[in-house]
Amino acid sequence: MTAYTATVTVRLKRGVLDPEAETTQQALERLGFELSDLRSADRFEVDLDAADADEAADRADEMAERLLANPTIHDYEVAVAER
Amino acid sequence: MTVSVIQFGGSNCDRDAVRALEYIGVDAERVWHEDGLPADTEGIVLPGGFSYGDYLRAGAMAARAPIMADVREAAADGVPVIGVCNGAQIGSESGLTPGAFTTNASARFQCEPVHLRVERADTPWTAAYDEGDVIEVPIAHGEGRFEIGEEAHADLVADDRVLFRYCDADGEVTDEANPNGSTDNVAGVLGERESVAVLMPHPERATLPDLGRSTDGAGILEAFT
Repeated sequence: MTAYTATVTVRLKRGVLDPEAETTQQALERLGFELSDLRSADRFEVDLDAADADEAADRADEMAERLLANPTIHDYEVAVAER
Repeated sequence: MTVSVIQFGGSNCDRDAVRALEYIGVDAERVWHEDGLPADTEGIVLPGGFSYGDYLRAGAMAARAPIMADVREAAADGVPVIGVCNGAQIGSESGLTPGAFTTNASARFQCEPVHLRVERADTPWTAAYDEGDVIEVPIAHGEGRFEIGEEAHADLVADDRVLFRYCDADGEVTDEANPNGSTDNVAGVLGERESVAVLMPHPERATLPDLGRSTDGAGILEAFT
């Protein structure tokens, strides 16, 4: 078994309104920053032991499918690194 | 009929639901989620509130609580199930109904009376109304914007599973009457069976005559009578 950290990034699908990101962008603009768009995402770092990187990724993928993301509104990606 | 009102950590409309149901003559009791679904349950309410502090997404944690497996099983057996507000979020997160409820377009918590158009009058939840009736029921949510993919939305409409739409006092479904940016002004939808429904507005807050201005919500709860 090898120790891995699986990083799951969950973000709204393109086209789904993100009022929190819009509000954050407006606040940045009030502070004088110039920007053309802002998107936010949630990142989960999951430490786990697995036989190989593929197994670690599969398990993190299932975590995203079953809880971390809501497939109606979210896309997600999984990246695995040894820790 | 004994209605189980499922109480999760952070539910806060469970007592209101019991009181409203008792007012219309329905035997109801609060059930702590860890105690499991009582065997004599003949109806289920997933009440409003902020279960698990809305961690991750509103309703996400409660939807994965073990009791929800019992609720899904009961729903599949035809036991009437309604999710209100946070209960609607739990219902959609658990797959009882299609779509998702997420952050209001305003990015604000909104607590106000709204008008709903009854889109189906042939369900247990709307037998008290006629199709096209306009009822006034309050909302109180920060994450009530109904989102659903384009294809799933087309299916929802084709299957006639929209139960209520936000409308103005005359029953017109307009952008101005849409309080939270919900897709297609959807305020409530049916599950696979018509005995399963979720809605963001609070019928239990529009049932007791001495509470406020409307008792229009009582007709929804009458499904349990």
